[in-house]
Amino acid sequence: MAETLSLPAPTPTGDSKEYWSAANDGRLILRACRTCGKPMFYPRGHCPACGSGDLEWREASGEGVVHACTIVHRAPDQAFRARAPYVIALVDLKEGPRMMANITDCPPEEVRIGMPVTVWFEARSETIAIPQFRPAQGEKK
Amino acid sequence: MSGLSGATAIVGVAETRLGKVPELGCMQMCVQAAHEAAAEAGIKMSDIDAVLTVDSMAEPFRMHSVVLSEYLGIRPRYSMTNSLGGATHCAMVSHAAAALHAGLCDTVLIATSDKLVTGLTKDQAIAALAENAGHAQYERPYGPMIPAMYALAANRYMHQYGVTPEQMAEVAVVHRRHAGMHPNAQEKTPITREDVLASKPVAMPLRVLDCSLVSDGGGAIIMTRADRARDLKQTPVFLLGVGERHLNEFVHQAPDLTTCGAKDSGEQAFRMAGLAPKDMDVAMLYDCFTITVLLLLEDLGFCPRGEAGAFVESGAIALGGALPVNTHGGLLSHGHPGRPGGVFHIIEAVRQLRGQCDARQVQDAARAFVHGNGGILSTHCSLILGRD
Repeated sequence: MAETLSLPAPTPTGDSKEYWSAANDGRLILRACRTCGKPMFYPRGHCPACGSGDLEWREASGEGVVHACTIVHRAPDQAFRARAPYVIALVDLKEGPRMMANITDCPPEEVRIGMPVTVWFEARSETIAIPQFRPAQGEKK
Repeated sequence: MSGLSGATAIVGVAETRLGKVPELGCMQMCVQAAHEAAAEAGIKMSDIDAVLTVDSMAEPFRMHSVVLSEYLGIRPRYSMTNSLGGATHCAMVSHAAAALHAGLCDTVLIATSDKLVTGLTKDQAIAALAENAGHAQYERPYGPMIPAMYALAANRYMHQYGVTPEQMAEVAVVHRRHAGMHPNAQEKTPITREDVLASKPVAMPLRVLDCSLVSDGGGAIIMTRADRARDLKQTPVFLLGVGERHLNEFVHQAPDLTTCGAKDSGEQAFRMAGLAPKDMDVAMLYDCFTITVLLLLEDLGFCPRGEAGAFVESGAIALGGALPVNTHGGLLSHGHPGRPGGVFHIIEAVRQLRGQCDARQVQDAARAFVHGNGGILSTHCSLILGRD
């Protein structure tokens, strides 16, 4: 879809190459610390909790709950304007970290704090897909 | 109490015209404000030996503070271009005080201006703001503008504490009423809660009238050490306390959307000044959105957690109330040229403490609290100013 392709596709950096590569394969992975055990978001080269550089990638369940949400009516550019109104949410992943995403496949006004959501991946270019969330199965759509 | 408390003072302030200012360039606005601030302080431009500035979006320079100095024809021995968003101006006052106190300089000029209305096209302004909003990899792909990210905090805060849209709207109403008494304010037409609640949705629960203005404008501040300040033209306004705290930049990294670094920056400032929230006669709180004022009132200790909505509804933040807030009208109604936004809170606090505010004067104002907030509730600097 032309509209989808004109939406921003992130440019991976040294600390995020694997994250974006996994996302393009339809997997959500989290960087985690092998010293203190904590997973982090976003991926970093050192653990922000304990400073350790001994890190690993872990598969995330892709499950989370909405921590906060907003229905956006004024979009930043033409591509997003075509989607408005759309929902931006902060999602608390089952593993602990919090991330931003749109909540899709649901009327915007039905998204609420505490709603269980599941990850899916939206293609933004041939090599980049971004994690998005939709109501978990069994949730009222 | 720290040695810094009371050691320095603000001795000159000036603001340019706000709103649409097509006739002046950005640098020209900084220069105009600098000359006016120096003149009201009664100092010569050549007395200034330190320059702290914020770059503009409409007319950016690689080394803004040095270009301003060159334009003014001065050769400072202390110079810095600063970037902490809406906390920058309070932080510049703090850094200026530290440099003055340490003897690195004797007279500081702080200056800032931008032109978001006539200096940029609408698309350029939106693009400039969008580029500065959100993490390039982990947020911008989802289409957030700055209001959407403050809306996330508002949504969570309303969910946890039950504050109502009507209470939030009252913040905008009070700011507009205050602006009506300020000769230089951009928007003076009175508004009602119904107007706010009927204004166009931006990112719910925030509507157009919950958001700050878009302006051209700038301002300047002159500071020196307390002993010199007493010999100058204006009643000196002493810096009694400062505090900073920066918890995160990106909203998804915020440990808690309903409390921010202001809690700690405020506590530090009160501790340095040996004062408490109840000692403040007036407060100038960064008001990029109505929600920001509610969160800051609580974090800074002016009302208990979860009670800011009721505090505002009681009339407390209006002139004549327990704690008049943003008597100039704030970013919501006085003006918001973007990066310079936080300077006007300091300027208004100084004018209140000098007793120069005419119809909007808080009677016998002796202590003022000023808080700068930058990013998405990210950067925080608190100042306590006093007449003695």
